[in-house]
Amino acid sequence: MDERLSMLKEIQSLEFFAIELNLFLDTHPGDRAALRDFYSVRDKLLVAKKRYEEIYGPLMVFGHTPVKCPWPWIEGPWPWEIEYE
Amino acid sequence: MWIYEKKLEYPVRVYKNDLGMAKFLMAQYGGPDSELSASVRYLTQRYTMPTDKTKGLLTDIGTEEMAHWEIIATMIYKLVKGVSVKQLREAGLGAHFAQHDRAVYPADAAGVPWTAAYIQATGDPITDLHEDMAAEQKARTTYEHLIQLTDDPGIKDTLRFLREREVVHFQRFGEALNDIQELMDSKKLYST
Repeated sequence: MDERLSMLKEIQSLEFFAIELNLFLDTHPGDRAALRDFYSVRDKLLVAKKRYEEIYGPLMVFGHTPVKCPWPWIEGPWPWEIEYE
Repeated sequence: MWIYEKKLEYPVRVYKNDLGMAKFLMAQYGGPDSELSASVRYLTQRYTMPTDKTKGLLTDIGTEEMAHWEIIATMIYKLVKGVSVKQLREAGLGAHFAQHDRAVYPADAAGVPWTAAYIQATGDPITDLHEDMAAEQKARTTYEHLIQLTDDPGIKDTLRFLREREVVHFQRFGEALNDIQELMDSKKLYST
């Protein structure tokens, strides 16, 4: 698997964990263990996204992509065009 | 507001065309119990929810459903990519081609266009949350049917992920419903 896909996969799995905890916390806002897990996975996710954006360009238009010309946001592949392995 | 994240929530592995499966997947793209219906339903109902918990939950699940809608669209896009008009016609997609070419248009598996009549927002939180729980079960059932319609391990894997999300959403809506029922019971208690 190429490096870009494996980084993307890592981001997807961290973000999935974060989404799952996000929904759980919506209905269990005082659950300390879930809060701890959420902030821990969020920190890992932010680091992984920053690393990806510095190399491969933006995941979010207001992300961590370094200043670049031309405008990197529109560079493919778009999510539906990626060949996952 | 929403900000787009340029990635799928879960990978979509499609290695070969399957026009029949593309057609069946339209059920979850533009059908009654589709991801589109789910997203519009929850994001519409959230305004009239009585608690912050429920406003938050409907916002977050409604947003996740948009990501699922994108996953289904990606599967359909990849399953029909590069096929000839003749193949589309032979697979029963001639009518789709006439009106939409290979565009991923929100209609159901039989070609019926998506309509807001598929969803309800009554302003009654108990009623709306019951509708949401039923919607998650209907979507789960549809995913189980779709999983039986394909032998492709990549498609099955993504459909299993989506099926599992319906189960989790159902659970969270159930918790929100209990919460609102308790709130209403306590109000009744104080007012009598």
